[in-house]
Amino acid sequence: MMRPALAALLLAVVGCGKDQPARFQPPPGAPTGRETLLQPAKLTSVESDRKDALGRPLRVSCESCHSLRETKPMPSRPEELKEFHQGLQFRHGELACTSCHQAEAPRTLHLATGEPLPMTEVVTLCAQCHGPQYRDFKAGAHGGMTGYWDLSRGDRTRNNCVSCHDPHTPKYAGGHPVMPPRDPSAHGEPGTKESRDHE
Amino acid sequence: MSDTVSRRTVMKGAGATLGAAAFAHAMAPLTEWSKDLSVGEFLQKHYKELTRDEMGRILVHLKEETKRKYGRDVDIRDLPPQEGVSFGYALNLSVCIGCRKCSEACHQENNHDRRTGNSYIRVLEMQQGSLDLEHGNANYDHPVPAEGKYYLPVQCHQCDNAPCVKVCPVQATWKEADGVVVVDYNWCIGCRYCEAACPYHARRFNWAKPEIPAEEINPDQGYLSNRIRPQGVVEKCTFCLHRTRAGRLPACLEACPTGARVFGNLLDPKSPIRWVLENKRVFVLKEELGTRPRFFYFFDK
Ligand code: SF4
Ligand code: SF4
Repeated sequence: MMRPALAALLLAVVGCGKDQPARFQPPPGAPTGRETLLQPAKLTSVESDRKDALGRPLRVSCESCHSLRETKPMPSRPEELKEFHQGLQFRHGELACTSCHQAEAPRTLHLATGEPLPMTEVVTLCAQCHGPQYRDFKAGAHGGMTGYWDLSRGDRTRNNCVSCHDPHTPKYAGGHPVMPPRDPSAHGEPGTKESRDHE
Repeated sequence: MSDTVSRRTVMKGAGATLGAAAFAHAMAPLTEWSKDLSVGEFLQKHYKELTRDEMGRILVHLKEETKRKYGRDVDIRDLPPQEGVSFGYALNLSVCIGCRKCSEACHQENNHDRRTGNSYIRVLEMQQGSLDLEHGNANYDHPVPAEGKYYLPVQCHQCDNAPCVKVCPVQATWKEADGVVVVDYNWCIGCRYCEAACPYHARRFNWAKPEIPAEEINPDQGYLSNRIRPQGVVEKCTFCLHRTRAGRLPACLEACPTGARVFGNLLDPKSPIRWVLENKRVFVLKEELGTRPRFFYFFDK
């Protein structure tokens, strides 16, 4: 394992997708009628075992290590990965690393035909197997978005597949719900003490 | 009350028949709950009869009042419905995980009372295979999604045949041209008939003056939507009309981490909402009541 000091140095704090929707987001920029696909940090970083103040895993950019050292050819199975990659969870059917990554250039992808594909084109990659989701996505009915529904008045930013799905463990994780239930006496909703007092 | 008789005329008439003292006595409960209501607001004309100038003055007054009561400068606008726009909303029950981020966003966006944790969206935890709303549980507090359950967020369906509108004795609630059912909080008398008439439990009564710390107040406000409601009036989801009439997406949609929500203009054949209606198996809640909601649900499979 990497020395903690070095690891800490290499930790790049990057938000992931829409994990934390901004409150009262200001209307985004001057309207140009564009729809932008979000390029989440998940494309170019891996999760570390550290957490930020909000308890979310800190991510380390691939370049932190790979600009300093040469990348080895990609193994076929994730168990053979070393160092930072060891904690990589893998639950995505029967796929091998090299089903999507190029063995000789692991930071790029390849299509089923073998044709190379930059990481940023991940939607094209996923679409090869997930046709119905891709169809819905193209229609604007799969994946979250922010901004304007009326593109003539402003821009819209749409999530990319990996904004929400970890490509290595794509099932959406869930978690604890926000807005916990209140003491019913504070509700003033039908059937509670406060509302009965008024009726 | 017919459109031509204003509330003011009726009050005057009542005063004449009762005599001043009796009138004052009869009106006492009204002055009790309307402590927060200025004379100007009380004598205000119906929303539909207000000129732009009159509305302008009311907005200035409301902004001053918010500053006085809540210590915050806000912008209150009265955006009209857009020409050629009719709103629709759809929700994918296959992907909703019941995280309530939509409720939370609604709570913040619409300046709800912090003490009661109010929100226009109730997310019901439902038994798989059942569509019985009355058995949905909105008070779950465990990791989601839970085994054997699915989640059904319910908010105002902006019914085209809205029972809540029909029962209002003073026409303080009505349907706008873009399909949004609104409440004029300055006109609502708090009788709660509409709350009782709504089959989706989508209306809320404001029992107390909402408590919101100044720094948490959303300053982007609409007269008919998220301005801080006075005590004693009924309120409801308006599809965030202060945002959506400016072309923006509703706050609950932007907050949803699973992309379960689809919003848009039903009159635009190229909109995602139209695609959902034309390509998914879509249903509405309590269809048998004939309320004709413009809030739709669908499953992926
Ligand atoms: S859902 Fe309820 S409040 Fe909304 S329009 Fe229908 S009846 Fe009225
Ligand atoms: S935020 Fe989205 S996933 Fe969460 S409860 Fe609301 S609709 Fe469902």
